[in-house]
Amino acid sequence: MKQSFEQTQDELAVKNFSRRNFFQMAGGLAGAGMLFAACSKSSDTTGPTSFTLTNNDTGILNYAYALEQLEAAFYIQVIATPYSGMSGGEKTLLTAVRDHEVAHREFFKAALSSSAIGSLTVDFSIIDFTSRTSVLSTAMAFEDLGVSAYNGAGPLFQSPTYLGLAGKIVSVEARHAAYLRDLVTPNSFATNADGYGLDFSKPPSVVLMTASKYLKTKVTSLLP
Amino acid sequence: MNFNNILNAIAEQDPEVFEKVSERRDVIKNFTRKVSLVALPFAVGSLFNKAYGKSTDIIIDTLNFALTLEILEAAFYNQGLASSSLAIPASDRPAFVTISTHENAHVAFLTNTINSLSGTPVSLASFTIDLTAGGAFADVLSNYSTFLAVSQTFEDTGVRAYKGQAANLMGNSAILGAALQIHSVEARHAAHIREIRALAGASVSPWITGNQSGITGAAGTAVQPSYNGEDNTTQAGVNIATIKSGAVALNANSASEAFDEPLDKAAVVAIVTPFIH
Repeated sequence: MKQSFEQTQDELAVKNFSRRNFFQMAGGLAGAGMLFAACSKSSDTTGPTSFTLTNNDTGILNYAYALEQLEAAFYIQVIATPYSGMSGGEKTLLTAVRDHEVAHREFFKAALSSSAIGSLTVDFSIIDFTSRTSVLSTAMAFEDLGVSAYNGAGPLFQSPTYLGLAGKIVSVEARHAAYLRDLVTPNSFATNADGYGLDFSKPPSVVLMTASKYLKTKVTSLLP
Repeated sequence: MNFNNILNAIAEQDPEVFEKVSERRDVIKNFTRKVSLVALPFAVGSLFNKAYGKSTDIIIDTLNFALTLEILEAAFYNQGLASSSLAIPASDRPAFVTISTHENAHVAFLTNTINSLSGTPVSLASFTIDLTAGGAFADVLSNYSTFLAVSQTFEDTGVRAYKGQAANLMGNSAILGAALQIHSVEARHAAHIREIRALAGASVSPWITGNQSGITGAAGTAVQPSYNGEDNTTQAGVNIATIKSGAVALNANSASEAFDEPLDKAAVVAIVTPFIH
């Protein structure tokens, strides 16, 4: 079954992308649904407590979906319970960031369809949502993490279409990151770049270790 | 950038890379300890070329295209910072020093990488630079508002250009990775320039809304090709603008903001040719 899935994916990777192809691929995966099911410890009524990211393009897309779930949940909370002293301008732009992250999350959910991992349960107990400093420093860390994650995952894609889609998102995350860095420390929008003028890049294993601090759901990864 | 990681990343994709570049694996494995930091792009690239030869042609072409854009950007910021008639506020100058440093570093990085692939990098001397674009931005080096408008356009265009070329670099994951790391830095630059313009009263956010530049008048018309197509709200068949979830209801504006759009090479060449030819 694994072999036939990989063949399906290879065939799809060379076709021009369309939603139909995406769902064909999803259908192929549904047949191999045990890839996920076998790894899910869904023993209670609240749904799976763990998910496994497969080492292929679907796994990378689910990796992105997981990170977008985390970011969206964070900003939904930020706007629902604004920190004290949130300016009108900050509220407007942080609401926009929330909407972008929800857009990313819902995009991956729809595009992955039956191949999507389920909803993650977040753990924001270490964040003080009443504190501007706590919220903005966490937001900045999430955005920088997101940029590093997409940059690190991009070269892992087999499909140029998925690379292109991830590219459309990562630059928006970088815009968020720049904005939040400037809120925390003026003019720090890109001072994280190295001596070659290159941004952060981290492999999934490193990113997930950081992300796990904010997740109750265990995300296991077979990605590098 | 960590070149040990790059070599290891290549080795994961191609376990024989060490054998391809040297019969003495230990020499390669100790490679990065013995080469100075500045020389690394060249030296690592030499390894790539030795291992993969002619398959690098499309990559060299793509890197030279990127290098052309970086040369233009570097020239723009270098001249802007040096212009005695351009009143960059003291509070904004550090940001332009940061951006200028990055663009010049990108020029050096891409030049070294192309050299190390046995390609011939383009250089500033190969081009005529006209930052006024034939007069469309006649006061670009004396009017801070114009300078900001051109800066925003260069950065937003650069983001779109790298995005459009990513697939051409898939043959070399290390170089693709580095290009992605440049791409997101350009997006950070764009966001900051947009913040500066917003503070000065322009109708812009750190991200791109619809196909709007937030640049008015003749300059706005001149830069519009850099923003056409950014108003796309359908991604991989998913209509983003109609998404509703809890308290969040997306619309055409937020849907377009959430995804930046690529530009193909021809469109980018048409945009930058008035500035660099």
